[in-house]
Amino acid sequence: MRDPAVSDEVAIRVDNLVKRFGDFVAIDHISFQVERGKIIGFLGPNGAGKSTTIRILCGLLRPTEGRVFVAGIDVARDPESVRQHIGYMSQKFSLYSDLTVLENLQFFGGIYRVPKNLLPERIHFALEMAGLLGRENALVSTLAGGWKQRLGLGCAILHRPPILFLDEPTSGVDPESRRRFWDLIHSLSDANVTIVVSTHYMDEAEYCNEIALIDRGRLLALESPSTLKARNIGGDLLALECDDIGKAIRLLKGHPGVRDVAAFGNRLHIIVDRDKGASSAIANTLAQHTVLVKRLDQIEPTIDDIFVQMVGAERDSRRANP
Amino acid sequence: MFERIIRIVVKELIEIRRDPWAVFRLTFPPIFQMLIFGYAVTFEVSHVTTVVLDRDHSQESRELLSHFSANTRFTIVRVAQNEHELRRAIDNGEATVGITIHPRFAADLLKGQPAPLQVVVDGTNSNTALIALGYVGQIVATYSSQTNVSLTHRIPGGAGPRFVTVDLSQRPWFNPNLDSRWFFIPGTVGTLSFILIVSLTASAIVREREIGTLEQIMVSPIRPYEFILGKTIPFFLIGFIETSLVALFGVLWFKVPFVGSPLVLLLGTSLFLLSSLGLGILISTLVKTQQQAFGSNFFVSNPMFTLSGFSFPIASMPKPMQWLTYLDPLRYYLVVIRDTFLKGVGLEVLWPQMLAMAALGVGLLSISILRFRKALD
Repeated sequence: MRDPAVSDEVAIRVDNLVKRFGDFVAIDHISFQVERGKIIGFLGPNGAGKSTTIRILCGLLRPTEGRVFVAGIDVARDPESVRQHIGYMSQKFSLYSDLTVLENLQFFGGIYRVPKNLLPERIHFALEMAGLLGRENALVSTLAGGWKQRLGLGCAILHRPPILFLDEPTSGVDPESRRRFWDLIHSLSDANVTIVVSTHYMDEAEYCNEIALIDRGRLLALESPSTLKARNIGGDLLALECDDIGKAIRLLKGHPGVRDVAAFGNRLHIIVDRDKGASSAIANTLAQHTVLVKRLDQIEPTIDDIFVQMVGAERDSRRANP
Repeated sequence: MFERIIRIVVKELIEIRRDPWAVFRLTFPPIFQMLIFGYAVTFEVSHVTTVVLDRDHSQESRELLSHFSANTRFTIVRVAQNEHELRRAIDNGEATVGITIHPRFAADLLKGQPAPLQVVVDGTNSNTALIALGYVGQIVATYSSQTNVSLTHRIPGGAGPRFVTVDLSQRPWFNPNLDSRWFFIPGTVGTLSFILIVSLTASAIVREREIGTLEQIMVSPIRPYEFILGKTIPFFLIGFIETSLVALFGVLWFKVPFVGSPLVLLLGTSLFLLSSLGLGILISTLVKTQQQAFGSNFFVSNPMFTLSGFSFPIASMPKPMQWLTYLDPLRYYLVVIRDTFLKGVGLEVLWPQMLAMAALGVGLLSISILRFRKALD
């Protein structure tokens, strides 16, 4: 059931997708498309609709409205045909913990219909990729998170799917394992595998070819990390470290020249008018109110800052015209 | 197709083998319950606590009471001195049966008139009460026929009235001693296998839903029937081993005879397991968590047990209840297992039961396969 309107170079096309659970709108008119071999990252807070979108693309959930094409196939109409072309891995890694590494690979190889003569070679590749050669007979329950994650990926690509869906694959895994995992994703992308990956780690966005910013079921932006970072956040960005963040927020909200204040861990990010005076005005105000400033200087906006700014703008505009 | 079914079967068997408690869970509870059922569940009533009040104090009254004290079915716990004492013994639960012999008992008996005897029974447990009353009747009947004979002899010349006695000879077939254990043990085999298999399969799919592997299987190109069959075959094997184990225990430990054809029982057991598995798997496709599976299993297994005819005769149930029993696989299997154990009948008699179980099994499994859509909503 291929749609002639979908070209071979487009791996995924989503038109006006809506998903409701009762009254709750999980996905609110999302449209986008992904070219073959690209890595697209879904970024957004928990509950933004990332997992729901991925599950619809895999045919695990039905769209309420709109159409979804994966590998040129209408997923809602023919989910079974789509399954030949996709791999999927969720944040649970979905392995059998009471089975060994090898038994898991053999099981998934079997149910994914990997031809018998190809299976040993594919299993060897997956073991090598996961760094588990020599540990074939270890029970999965004894593996640390990073290994489970790579084994989960290994199981999901045994049948060599041209399109791969990864739902928060790096959550709960140490930074070193996360970096190794992204190396694997890039090598798959080099082999022309299209990859859809969701994450709530903003720093991982840099590894994607394109970023879809999602908040409350809406697609706020879909562009490359560099385009996104070049976005004008509407002023200069200052980073502030001080001894009383709560007091600083109260003082700076509505302060002349200040457009927005947001807390990032133990720091404040302040967007100010492009005017060199803002920084010293802020320093004066804080000093007058006995806030001890440890650091105040201008920084380059990160994707985090852009995301916070865009979410703020989107929510403001929705409040203005509901 | 077979390749993928076998993959799932192998995976399930490995998981069961890795579970250190599996062997224990699959053997100990059934054997333990078999022992409990074998020893505790019985229709017979013995050592019924009895209080007697003899207001006649005659040779005849003492003789009648000796029939009660000599019988193991009754234990005389108190000899009351008055009506009040007898009543109190029944009220406070000291005795279940109270027997009062009235003052003119011997005199009436010798005159050939009806000699009244009063029996009071604590009817709280109506079953025990009824059975105890039956025994009282038997003892009194034996006593009165003996008295009749001796009275006839005592009248000189044998010219007195002739008493005609009817000798009822009971000859129960298939269970000559009417041992209720013979009735219960085969039934227990069926009931234990049913409860175990339904509960095991009810959590089979939902467990994978909870650990997240079901999602992984759903996105694979596996077909629903391959998955459902792969999930049920291991439990079929377990059910077979389980049923054989418990049945063997019943034969060897409780010495219940097995007179029928093992092949007929084998066929019946296969069809019964098929229908029990179908029921369990259907529950597993309907629920979302293992806890729900446990709850529904209780909700399904208990009524099925009650309606099976294990201890409450189906023929005595109201019509709508009887109709419900036709949906109960256990109902058919109990007939098959009891009849093969005790009567030794074959397919010429049991074919309707076999057919019903096959139909239920195929029906339930088909519904499960249709219900198991590979989607989460």
